Amino acid sequence: MATTAAAIPTAPPAATVGPELYRGGIWSWLSTVDHKRIGVLYLYTSLFFFLWGGIEAGIMRTQLIGPNGKLVSAEVYNQLFTMHGTTMVFLAIMPLSSAFFNFLIPLQIGARDVAFPRLNAFSYWVYLLGGLFISLPIFFNAAPDAGWFGYAPLTTRQYSPGLHIDFWVLGLQIIGISSLAAGFNFLTTIINMRAPGMSLMRMPLFTWNAFVTQFLIILAFPAITIALVFLQFDRFFGTNFYTPAAGGDPLLWQHLFWVIGHHEVYIRSSPAFGLISDIIRTFSRKRIFGYPVMVYATILIGFLGFGVWAHHMFATGLGPIADTVFSLTTMLIAIPTGVKIFNWISTLYGGAIRFTTANMFAIGLVAMFVIGGISGIMHASPPADLQQTDTYFIVAHFHYVLFGGSIMGLFAGVYYYYPKMFGRAMDERLGKIHFWINFIGGNLVFFPMHFSGLLGMPRRIYTYDSGQGWDFFNRLSTIGYYILFLSSIVFMYNFFVSRRRGVIVGNDPWGAPTLEWSIPSPPPEYNFAELPRVTSRYPLWDLKSPELTRHVPHSREGEKALEVDVGGKDVAHTKGGGLTQDRTRNPIEAPMHIEHGWPTAAQLGIPMPTPTVKPLVAAAALTLMVGGMTTKHISMPVFFTVVLSGAVLFVGSLYAWLTMPLEEHH
Amino acid sequence: MEVATPMTSASESHGTTGHYTTTGLDNRKVAIWALIGSECMLFASLISTYLIYKGRSLVGPYPHEFWCRATNVTSDGPIAGCAPAELFRPILNIPVTSASTFCLLMSSLFMVLAHNAVVNRDEYRARGGGGIIGSSKLWLFMTALFGTTFLLFQAYEFTSFVHEGLTIRSNLFGSSFFTLTGFHGAHVTAGVIWLCTLLAIDMKRGLRPRDALNVDLAALYWHFVDVVWIAIFTLVYLIQ
Repeated sequence: MATTAAAIPTAPPAATVGPELYRGGIWSWLSTVDHKRIGVLYLYTSLFFFLWGGIEAGIMRTQLIGPNGKLVSAEVYNQLFTMHGTTMVFLAIMPLSSAFFNFLIPLQIGARDVAFPRLNAFSYWVYLLGGLFISLPIFFNAAPDAGWFGYAPLTTRQYSPGLHIDFWVLGLQIIGISSLAAGFNFLTTIINMRAPGMSLMRMPLFTWNAFVTQFLIILAFPAITIALVFLQFDRFFGTNFYTPAAGGDPLLWQHLFWVIGHHEVYIRSSPAFGLISDIIRTFSRKRIFGYPVMVYATILIGFLGFGVWAHHMFATGLGPIADTVFSLTTMLIAIPTGVKIFNWISTLYGGAIRFTTANMFAIGLVAMFVIGGISGIMHASPPADLQQTDTYFIVAHFHYVLFGGSIMGLFAGVYYYYPKMFGRAMDERLGKIHFWINFIGGNLVFFPMHFSGLLGMPRRIYTYDSGQGWDFFNRLSTIGYYILFLSSIVFMYNFFVSRRRGVIVGNDPWGAPTLEWSIPSPPPEYNFAELPRVTSRYPLWDLKSPELTRHVPHSREGEKALEVDVGGKDVAHTKGGGLTQDRTRNPIEAPMHIEHGWPTAAQLGIPMPTPTVKPLVAAAALTLMVGGMTTKHISMPVFFTVVLSGAVLFVGSLYAWLTMPLEEHH
Repeated sequence: MEVATPMTSASESHGTTGHYTTTGLDNRKVAIWALIGSECMLFASLISTYLIYKGRSLVGPYPHEFWCRATNVTSDGPIAGCAPAELFRPILNIPVTSASTFCLLMSSLFMVLAHNAVVNRDEYRARGGGGIIGSSKLWLFMTALFGTTFLLFQAYEFTSFVHEGLTIRSNLFGSSFFTLTGFHGAHVTAGVIWLCTLLAIDMKRGLRPRDALNVDLAALYWHFVDVVWIAIFTLVYLIQ
């Protein structure tokens, strides 16, 4: 097992309280290749974009508070709903998952870093620069305005002249490179960097979900790359891919886009499912119910996900055979998803449940995702879909899936892993306030949309007349939005205040069973002083609470013993509030991170990757190369100069990067 | 630790010599297979678009048929009564492309020989050098040369098609054909640059068996690009 407690220390006690991991000036952040620091960068950036996308939603909801709203024009409204979708999908939820991939995958599998630390930094910088490239134009009234799915031929030059769609096409191309690079990196990390004994079927479920997600990313993103290349060529070089007048198929874009677009649903929800699988297990003090089945369900969802994309296109008239097939595969995918729901519930059943904020968000996810899943089954049926498509009913459905199924889980993850990231816990009281406001607000925004949708209110309209029965439901949704926004303020306040004032925690504040909790919070730069040797799925419970794991999996007897033995102990334990009690329970462990500094990597002789800004330079050059194509509007010579200098700079920085050794040996 | 030298020094990843990995493979080897898997989907999207659009161009020129612009008549043979200036011959020239395909296939053979020369360097040296077969410089050069020849063929092909009246804007065939083969050509170009980099390192300090992985990665990529071309040649050129 990992060895932090035993291997102590030559280093003098740290003078001040505070996580050593994050010390250093701006240069240390620009040049960092540490997966934990990059994870924290992802966390901050994605929360920033989450707020940004939320404000865009707020302007729309304010416009729709009553009939004939005049806050923004139709043109601005188009930009708002396009950027709200694009921001939330590509700049907020996916990168928030990436924050957890970065921070957790190496810790959960017992590795010192990801497989390619510098590529990891590159992914982050590309994401940041690409995100700004696609987001900033909204301040110049030039933001993309054709919906987050950018249907061609609407997005071709003929129907969307100007820069709007150019920013969208090129920005997504840049962000796609970031996702692909991260996908190769994490996939390699999980396949190849697991600690001795960490077999695939011993991996925590978060890592399993991350594993499947990376497969989806690397296999699905090329489709959007190509779809965007076609669109880019159509817009810049006059090709005919999406030109019906030249025989081009208007459905080509939809097929290519939804191959990735539908995978996006699983790319966004799987990490959240993984997080709550681990969270529910920890706070039920039980092994996850049916671990192998959870793994198979995850794989099956990923696999079936390749065969459902056309359910976004029932209204285009694909014909009865295609409709039937895609309808069936869509309904089929509800089975593994339902399996997960029941496994979570069964894990909770009979457990010694602690209602921490993280657990409340996790259980909230289960509840809200069920609602989203059920409405999903409704329009898996083409006749029903024809009535519901492009109405607010669909908006309600996918917000229950994304807000309920992803964001709730990611919030759960933030509360659960905050102590591991920063060495302090978030305030539980504020956290619970956040949860309830968030839960009530979220349902108040999205539930009435089912009704306004079924009453016929179409999506993406910037205003509406009264007298259609929509006024009341829209008002409810808008009030719900303000409540939801308030909850985000509570969250942000809690997040930042807890950085300074949160309860200081030890290695394992929640009594969790997996490897990341065996090391200090925040972990030293090298994570594990010595590579752990893993002998089971729940190594820490083996050590600290053997009664939780000593029985054969699935045996009825085991579950009973659990209830009796641990239940009593943990119920008592909850009364004083999980965290502080936890500290007193492990008096030796808890204060460790303030009383001792950790030996540095150099003292332990562990080679660490050298910090470098080369990935940042490469990312900037890439952004210049791809983003520079917008200069075609100025003139062709400028276009070639900018794009070629970007390309030369990119190749040059790649050479500089690859010829520099990854690490210096101590 | 030795003095750092380009491309091979310490390690590009945490998985090289001296680091534990789960599978025992180097991280880069795993990653290149993941990259190849992803590239398969990239080319699958391009090739299926080409196939979907096959025969759906509203005007010529066409890949395998004659086309008369004045009357918009298409035929398998020369069209009678069509003015020569209005007559467009079938665009694809299978004999020429067969020659370029042969070059690309041969380059894969040279790639294997280059890899072999690096892996067995010590053995060849013990036997007095290994002659031609043991010269990784020669085989890397030949691979890059034949790859470049393929690219020159492609440049010739593209310019002659444009002269014959097919541009990327002409019709669906032009758009999908140039995009598909252009993407492949870009991959070959990247491969040639990679090979030249390896060759430069070989000239500078000699590739040794511990560099074999670097050659192996380039080889995997190169063979993949080659395999994709076989698919393109078959589906685009040979099947009418």
